[in-house]
Amino acid sequence: MVPRMRIDRRVLAGLAAAALVAGCGSSEGADVPDDAVSGTLTVFAAASLTEVFTALGGRLEDANPALQVQFSFAGSSALATQISQGAPADVFASANEAQMAVVTDADLAEGETQVFTRNVLQIAVPAGNPAGISGLADFAREEPALAVCAAEVPCGAAAEDVFAAAGVTARPDTLEEDVRAALTKVELGEVDAALVYASDVAAAGDAVEGIAFPEAEQAVNDYPVCVLADAPNPAAARAFVDLVLSGEGRRLLTDAGFRAP
Amino acid sequence: MPAPLLVPAAIGVLFLALPLVGLLVRTPWSQLATQLAAPGVGQALRLSLVSATLATLLSLLLGVPLAWVLARSRTRGRTVLRALVTVPLVLPPVVGGVALFLVLGRQGIVGSWLDDAFGITIPFTTTAVVIAETFVAMPFLVISVEGALRAADARFEDVAATLGAGRWTTFRRVTLPLVAPGIAAGAVLCWARALGEFGATITFAGNFPGTTQTMPLAVYLALQRDPDAAIVLSVLLLAVSLATLLLLRDRWLGRGGAA
Repeated sequence: MVPRMRIDRRVLAGLAAAALVAGCGSSEGADVPDDAVSGTLTVFAAASLTEVFTALGGRLEDANPALQVQFSFAGSSALATQISQGAPADVFASANEAQMAVVTDADLAEGETQVFTRNVLQIAVPAGNPAGISGLADFAREEPALAVCAAEVPCGAAAEDVFAAAGVTARPDTLEEDVRAALTKVELGEVDAALVYASDVAAAGDAVEGIAFPEAEQAVNDYPVCVLADAPNPAAARAFVDLVLSGEGRRLLTDAGFRAP
Repeated sequence: MPAPLLVPAAIGVLFLALPLVGLLVRTPWSQLATQLAAPGVGQALRLSLVSATLATLLSLLLGVPLAWVLARSRTRGRTVLRALVTVPLVLPPVVGGVALFLVLGRQGIVGSWLDDAFGITIPFTTTAVVIAETFVAMPFLVISVEGALRAADARFEDVAATLGAGRWTTFRRVTLPLVAPGIAAGAVLCWARALGEFGATITFAGNFPGTTQTMPLAVYLALQRDPDAAIVLSVLLLAVSLATLLLLRDRWLGRGGAA
């Protein structure tokens, strides 16, 4: 069982208000659907979307007072498995095409899936970059302590792609079990550099600095979203997907380190 | 045998054994040979056995004296000391791993000094695996041995003292043999816990084949890609640990029949 998150309306009202102030001059009214939706909306989304989707959910609740949005944030593969097993979700947002394919291959998606954002790898270094890491080539050096995701998990597969593209034979000290574990070791200053997603660097705040590198373009992760075929609340699901694809959604995603599709 | 004991005992056995049966039923026996021959499996198994054994030896070296202090000393700090010993039992192992970073990591209280003075860094080495396993497993040994020391008749020690034996001789020649079965049981618990250790190891020691990737880490990563391979690896780890424990029992504990 994955714990579901109930959104605290007061917190989100504040967040949405802040978003309104921050996004001044934009056409925020136009991003909200005119037809009010109600009931409960259940969104299954990749863990990396936690901050952005929580804010968007609050936005939708504000526009539709009779609507309650609840989220289940977890690894995309776990969510895809739960949906295949009949979990009652309305929307699925995956961190890669492969896990979305698990759902679409089982004919569980309603209509087409749409790529709403992208994520690329970045080099995360502790604040101040003590080891003087400058690019992907530093991952071939012996001295710095380096973390890369294990090949079994998506960020590790992406890392293999960029190393192959760059012709770099990486010499990591540890192959991490997920991207957040790699990031934690950077935050603690126990590794000099790790290969993580740009959105993770943005979420980590001041303790971590990100270094972009050209080879990252070889392993761009697409994030697809869809309304599910068995959605208990398809109207609200459609409204949420529209909001994610809107200018508002794109702006929040970009602010969180994601990239426009 | 009385039913009030027999029925819960039977339920207890089922509760503990059924997950194992589940594993065995799901094991893809036809793939067994291929999975076991996969590169890295032997390496991970060897690393697991070596590091768990080293962690047990380290725990014996530090844990038996600690258990003696807990059981025999009359200081008031004893309660606090016992609570401290049980901290690793309560702490989620991943948190234990982070805590080890904060002390022994490159930026840690002791670790930064080791790095500056001797150029020694512990994380991401086999040493870190042994340290993480010892941290998590030693309390099991300490608690078993302390229990045995409390249950042992202290009059034997008194008699040894009246016969002129010093405190060290008494400990060595009287106390230790008296509680040997307790020490053996504690060491077995400690070894088993170290062998299965996952959270503190993957956090503090990281995961790298040959240096820090023990069997539980290999199983976890295999689970992300190929659940069948993960089941085979789990069954292998179980088989090897059970075989080792049975062998040890026959060799060292068979005579007394205490364990």
